[in-house]
This record gives sequence, C-alpha cells and structure tokens, in this order.
Amino acid sequence: MALHWKTTLSLSTLSLVTLTVAAAAGDLNLPRQKVELVAPPYVHAHQQATSEGPKIMEFRLVAEEKQIVIDEEGTKLRAMTFNGSIPAPLMVVHEGDYVEVTLVNLASNTMPHNVDFHSATGASGGGDLTLVAPGEQVRLRWKATRTGVFVYHCIPGGPMVPWHIAAGMSGAVMVLPRDGLKDGAGKPLTYDRVYYLGEQDFYVPRDQKGKFKSYPTHVEAFADTMDLMHKLIPTHVVFNGAVGALTGKNAMPAKVGENVLIIHSQADRDSRPHLVGGHGDYVWETGKFANPPQTDLETWFIRGGSAGAALYKFLQPGIVAYVNHNMIEAFELGATAHFRIEGPWNDDLMSQVRAPGPVQKSNLD
Amino acid sequence: MSAQSLKRLLPALLLLLAVCAATGRLWSAQAPISLPDLVELPPADFLYRAAGEVLRDGRPAVPPRLITRLERPLLIMRQQVTAAEYQRCVMAAACAGSEDAAAPDTPVVKVSWRDATAYAAWLSRTTKMAFRLPTDREWAYAAGSRLVDDALPESAELADPGRRLLARYDQEWDRAAGLAKAPQPTGTYGANEHGLIDVAGNVWEWTDSCFVRTRLDRAGNVASDVVNCGVRLVEGRHRAYVPDFIRDARAGGCSAGTPPSHLGFRLVRAS
Repeated sequence: MALHWKTTLSLSTLSLVTLTVAAAAGDLNLPRQKVELVAPPYVHAHQQATSEGPKIMEFRLVAEEKQIVIDEEGTKLRAMTFNGSIPAPLMVVHEGDYVEVTLVNLASNTMPHNVDFHSATGASGGGDLTLVAPGEQVRLRWKATRTGVFVYHCIPGGPMVPWHIAAGMSGAVMVLPRDGLKDGAGKPLTYDRVYYLGEQDFYVPRDQKGKFKSYPTHVEAFADTMDLMHKLIPTHVVFNGAVGALTGKNAMPAKVGENVLIIHSQADRDSRPHLVGGHGDYVWETGKFANPPQTDLETWFIRGGSAGAALYKFLQPGIVAYVNHNMIEAFELGATAHFRIEGPWNDDLMSQVRAPGPVQKSNLD
Repeated sequence: MSAQSLKRLLPALLLLLAVCAATGRLWSAQAPISLPDLVELPPADFLYRAAGEVLRDGRPAVPPRLITRLERPLLIMRQQVTAAEYQRCVMAAACAGSEDAAAPDTPVVKVSWRDATAYAAWLSRTTKMAFRLPTDREWAYAAGSRLVDDALPESAELADPGRRLLARYDQEWDRAAGLAKAPQPTGTYGANEHGLIDVAGNVWEWTDSCFVRTRLDRAGNVASDVVNCGVRLVEGRHRAYVPDFIRDARAGGCSAGTPPSHLGFRLVRAS
C-alpha cells in the first residue's frame, strides 16, 4: 500500500511544471546576512527601522517528519514540521531584501516537501521550484516586495496539501518597512518585544471507544485523517503545537508599560484572537503594513490562510490570556496562550470597590 | 417419626436449610461486595488552615493555621476507589457510567461529586454501612505530611490583584510540574505515614465540603458566611473548587490557573 502511494506521488510530481532556472551567482551585488532562526514563540534578533540597504538574507528550513504529543492526555500525532516546531519559525526581513532559503528534506523523512511563501511572487510562492525528495535540498531566492506578515507552508500537490498543513507544516514571514512600523498618521510605532503565535488545527481520529488513535507511520495515518478532515471540525486547535504549550512555565513574559507585537498566523482556518483584559492598540488585521492599522480593538480576525499583527502596551499585571475567542475552541480544543505580565497594578483603570459578600437590600449598603 | 430418627436427620436438615439459604442469596445478587480496605486513625490534634475564601475588612486574608482536633476515630479508605470498584456500581445501575475506559486497578477518574455521592450511597446500601465523602478537615487529617499548605505568603495575598494572581499561578504550576498525564496504577504514589495510598498524586479527591466565603470585620470577627454547595472542595496537590456536576476539570474554570489533572475520590465510613 505504501509503495503504491509513493509511485502515485512520483507521477504527479512529474506532471508539475518544474522550472529549474538557476540564478547566476553574483548577479545581485548585495551584502549577505545569514540568519539563525529561533523556535517560536520567540523571534530572531532583527532591526525594526533600518538605515542599512537591501541585503540577501539567508535562511535554512529543514523539513522534519516526527511524532509529537499534542495534549495533556498524551495524544500522539504524526507531525510534519519545518525546523522541528509547529509553527515553523518566523523569518524577519525588510522591504527590498532578497530572501534566500535553503530547503532541506532530511533523508529520514518519507515524503517530498516544498514551500510556498505567501510573501513571494510566482511559481506558487516558490512551491513549484522547491519540491525535494528525502535526502535532497534546494535553494530559492525571492524578493520581499510587499510589507507585512505572511504565511508560508508546504504545498506538495493534490491531497498532500491539506494533509501536510494539517500535520503542522506552516510558519510566517515578517517583511518590515525600512523605516519601521507607523500608525495611520505616519507616527513611528516600535515594539519592545515581539511574539509569534502560530495557530494550528489538528484532526486526530478516534477509535470505537472514543480514544484518540496513534499511528506507527505517517502513511498509515493518512486515510483516517483525511476522512476526518473532510468533516472540517478539528479535534484540537492550539498555539505552538500543543494544548497548553504557551502556559505555565512557558507563559510569555512582558512588563507593564512594554509595547508587545503579537504576530498570529493560521494557514487554513479562521480565528478571532482576543487579549482577556486587554486590547489591540494598533492592529494590522489583514497583516499588511501598507494599510494603516486599526486602533483600540476588542477582538480581531485572522483569516485562514493569512497572518495578522497586533501591537499592545500592557497596562495591568497578572496573567493575560490570548485566546481564539470561540470559547469552545479556546477552552475545550486548546486555543489559549498566556502572557505573564509583571508590574504595578493601576487602581484607576480597575478596582474592586467592594469585595464579594451577601446580597444587600440596596446599592447603598 | 421416632425421636431417635429425628435426631439423626437433624444435622442433615440443618445442612439442607443452610444450603437453601446460601443458594437463595446467590440467586438474588452477584458475588457479595467485599469491604474496602479501611485505615483507622485515632482522635488527634492536627494543624489545619480553613478552606474557602476569607476577606478581612474587604480585603483578601489568609486564615491562620490552627490546631484543630478530630474528636472521633476516622475510618477512611486506604486507597482511592478504583475503576473496577466503580464499575460494579455502574453494573448495578446505581452509578452513571464513567466516560473513561480506564484500567481496572487505577483510581476511577472523570467522576463528579454527584457520581461520588451516588457511589457512596450504593456502597452503603450493599454493605449496610454508612459510607460518605470525607470533609475537608477529615481529608487534611488523613493526608498528614502529604497535605500541601495552600496559603500564599501574606505579602502575596494582600498585594494588588495582578501580583496575587501571578503568585497563585506560579504556585499551582510548580505543584503540577512533573505530574504523570494519565491515571497511574493504584499504589504508584506510595503511602503516607498513616498508610493511606496515593494521597496528593495526580488524582484529586472530592470532599463533601462546600465553597465558603467568610467575611471578617476589621477586628477579625466573622461578619458573614456565604456557602455555595453547588461548588465543592477538591483536595490534592492544591485545593480546587469545582462545580459538583463537573467530571473533567482540565479545561479549568478560568483562562488562567491550574485545574486538577483528574477527579477521583475515597470514602470514609461514618460510625
């Protein structure tokens, strides 16, 4: 069964229009910068506004198939990742930069992989030019012509597309304006911290007793998983690859008074994020910085297949939950992350005027 | 019949009667319920901090840890009720079926306070003894050295809401760190000094105690008590207050905080 499946895929690979146009080395007379990617929710060091000119930014993405645990019951999933994490790491460049990505498909993997950058132009975002078999690597260069946050994901072809994405193969890119972020009036906006929250929907089949099934290989998970995906109802909706992954010891720290940029991507499915007890001071809901941000938002919308960015200055200490505000998804399916905010309480913004006690006859008591 | 022949027949008759009686009992029930293993704890003084929320002069307060006395001997189950034991109640149609298909020799989990109470009622009927959930005080006594004191330092309790929430959050996450995800076979967490097994493991235990909010005046006298018995106290690595119909508290009651991993119970036998 596995052999037949692989043969079918090779044929569909051949039927893709595979362009192999190798760019001549040195045709871009630009400085190069190698970037070491960092595991989400953290982001690699970068400048916001920059006085430097465009560069060739070098990145390495490694396709890795692995088994992961996605919830507190220990449910195992045959996942597919870039660089071992779900979501894949955030890549940050500036408008006008050239992004040179080396995509490696580990020899230990069982399937071809590629990558489609929503920020790139042509060849299915690079998907047509990056399909590699296990044991191969390829290098793609695309020009960052539009500012904003954008999804990238694996797009191997046919039913493989939704399956690889549902198995975790997506991340995001941020293309900053060279003079940094601005509000609607052109006033500069800066952030003290940035976090990247990739939201992922999983579809894990259950056995007759209702328990989540695990599979010895990816191929054996395929049929059941696709049947369940067709119903369009996920069993898990999580940040950072597992229920509770950004809570407890992994809650994201910040301080009262700090501006925090929160980048949120969802490769497949709509989400509506909300800071519990907080707001979006400046929100690029569609994620594109050429558009002025909306201000003072309660809850915003991340369209499936896109990324958005929100800037918030935390004003109160405590645990501030960041939820997909379908509370069924937030509480029952796992779509909750925690910010851990230290600093002084602001009594003017909120105060418990009278502590709980027995019901009185009038408000004057 | 002569007196002599009656005398000879009597043992046989008695034996026949005994056999008939035994057969009759087997016909009307399954194998008799074996009594759970109970530990008897003598009356004693022990340190106890009242549960519930306490407000003093309108601000959160830490109730003192006081020496309290258990006046009567406490008869408490050595181990938590197992999945196999609970299943007998389900088979007798006296308990709601547990959603969990658990291994028989693990503590029963995904049971609510209502489920635990129904089990206690069924066990009492079948054994003709009075079983019930322990009160929080009884549980604290039986837990002994395994009891985790819940109070935050006064500096945290009296601090602003942000600092208080952070202190509580950190404390609960520290407690839950390293806990196994699935219920473990009975005995995995060992015995405390009283011989009770699996106290404060990864299964929290229902008590009969209701949620209480006590208001003290500035002098420390009780001004009011609001009791909500729709919410019951759950004991384990930390105290939790859970609505009585909840079987799985993992989703928590709020966006933050660490809920119990699993909900189970053990019973006391009232004298």
